[in-house]
Amino acid sequence: MLRYLLQRTLGLVPTLLVIVSVSFLILRLAPGGPFDQEQGLSAPVRANLERAYGLNESLPRQYAHYLRALAHGDFGPSLRQRDFSVRELIAQGLPVSLTLGLAALVLAIACGIPAGIAAALRHARSTDHTLSALSALALALPSFVTGPLLALVFAIHLHWLPVAGWQGGALRFLVLPVLTLALPMGAYLARLTRASLLESLRSPYVRSARARGLGSARVLWCHALPPALLPVVSYLGPASAFVVTGSLVVESVFGLPGTGRYLVQGAIDRDYPLVLGMVVVYGALTLLLNLLADLLYGWLDPAVRHG
Amino acid sequence: MVELSVSHSPASSAAARLWAQQGARAALAVLLALVLLACLGPALSPWQPETLDWHHLAQAPGLAGAHWLGTDRLGRDLYVRTLHGVRLSLLLSVAASAISLVIGIGWGMVAGYAGGRLDAVMMRFVDVLYALPYLFIVIILTSLLARGSLVVLLLGLGGVGWLTMARIVRGQTLALKRREFIEAARATGVGSAQILWRHVLPNLLGPVLVYAALIVPQMILFESFLSFLGLGVQEPQASLGNLVYGGAQEMESAPWMLLVPAAVLVALLVCLNLLGDRLRDALDPRAH
Repeated sequence: MLRYLLQRTLGLVPTLLVIVSVSFLILRLAPGGPFDQEQGLSAPVRANLERAYGLNESLPRQYAHYLRALAHGDFGPSLRQRDFSVRELIAQGLPVSLTLGLAALVLAIACGIPAGIAAALRHARSTDHTLSALSALALALPSFVTGPLLALVFAIHLHWLPVAGWQGGALRFLVLPVLTLALPMGAYLARLTRASLLESLRSPYVRSARARGLGSARVLWCHALPPALLPVVSYLGPASAFVVTGSLVVESVFGLPGTGRYLVQGAIDRDYPLVLGMVVVYGALTLLLNLLADLLYGWLDPAVRHG
Repeated sequence: MVELSVSHSPASSAAARLWAQQGARAALAVLLALVLLACLGPALSPWQPETLDWHHLAQAPGLAGAHWLGTDRLGRDLYVRTLHGVRLSLLLSVAASAISLVIGIGWGMVAGYAGGRLDAVMMRFVDVLYALPYLFIVIILTSLLARGSLVVLLLGLGGVGWLTMARIVRGQTLALKRREFIEAARATGVGSAQILWRHVLPNLLGPVLVYAALIVPQMILFESFLSFLGLGVQEPQASLGNLVYGGAQEMESAPWMLLVPAAVLVALLVCLNLLGDRLRDALDPRAH
């Protein structure tokens, strides 16, 4: 088992390498450089700057150098945020982004799955219809619309919560961003749970469990629900990608000091090491979460477990 | 009683099923109204999208100055700007969907039909791109090449939307190529390109159509997402994304600046999603 785990984790390295290489190439082949926007930069100064950051060397040498540093966990210096290394910037922002993402994921699971179960148990009744309509609406609302709308209602009109800010992650400041990020995920989870639970409730093994005289609660928790949660588990992979992109918007709407703004600003500024570092970190994170979902799936699904 | 619909082609009976659904009809009506309004609506207003009206800065919706839906901080008419945004968003998303359909169908058909190592390499490439969040690639591409250039935005959007399509088409092609009529074509000496074009492609249309209907709202979402972050359509050009962004900045004093474009965007997305879902139901042979 440990060996299998190690194998799968090491299997991520080539994929990550491809991602890094492609991003490196795209970044460098694009026209323009990091010092284009500096006013009044004389040619010798610019040459010195480029030499200092190793930008004057040949592309393959820069690439080799970058990979060597990366293997040691060094993302290089930021070209635009002076006096900061990319690692420092990411270390500053990542806790914020991770808190936001994890809290949203937990909230989405805690609300979405019970809602899906409730809808499936009351299939084609008013609870089901209401929940379906709500989830369709929540799915259609993009987070850059829900975010400002929630802020408008709960912060500006009702004054219950702050409009924006972080304040070291105080709960009051977390509520709206987490809610914004969790809403579409929770809605999707509810739909997924409802559909697969409905299917499993109609299946022969549930019918036979009922025929054996088991109580409806026992049938639900022990027979119908576990297999119905499999598609939900496999959604966790894509969900992590959603959290990553969603947090870009949510951080921008609520002015949170996360890593999202580094990616956007870094790309605009052509801050090569910063963008690459973000791609590496986020790429590794999504790959890891996908792997985790995969492993969890294998562990839960008897067909895979004993196969 | 068994109803035999011999006289109907699968396409027309699917259209009939689609039409029979109330939700689908309502969504279609709202969508058509929005498209018509986007095409003809701006001509009804005396204002141009980029004209500044100094007498009505941040004007609330009403009849003053013929700014029916109000103006923004610079006195630009919100009704006209929102409709221009709808027009741009629709054009971009339909074009981007078309690009991603063409790439996805081509890629998936070739991979599925060729099989073997080529298939493995091509689909591995798709897997790698899948591992990165979609918008990452678009963000890097658009911001690096030319921020604000619509062509780059279009290519960026179209360049990432094709992955799912490629997977769907590959799966369908794999199933199709084992069928007898393909084998017969091959036996009579028809070339691979000809087989793909004449025999495989027409049989892919069902799933392709469904996915195409579902990808358009996704493209609208992507486009407005990028414009919201300041990486897509740039001021002074109006898109739903940057209008929502502008509105979010002013929502404390002028909530209509947020509410007008947001409502239109949501209506557009809800209708398109609903239509796509219903189309999938109508084309799903298992459901009937």
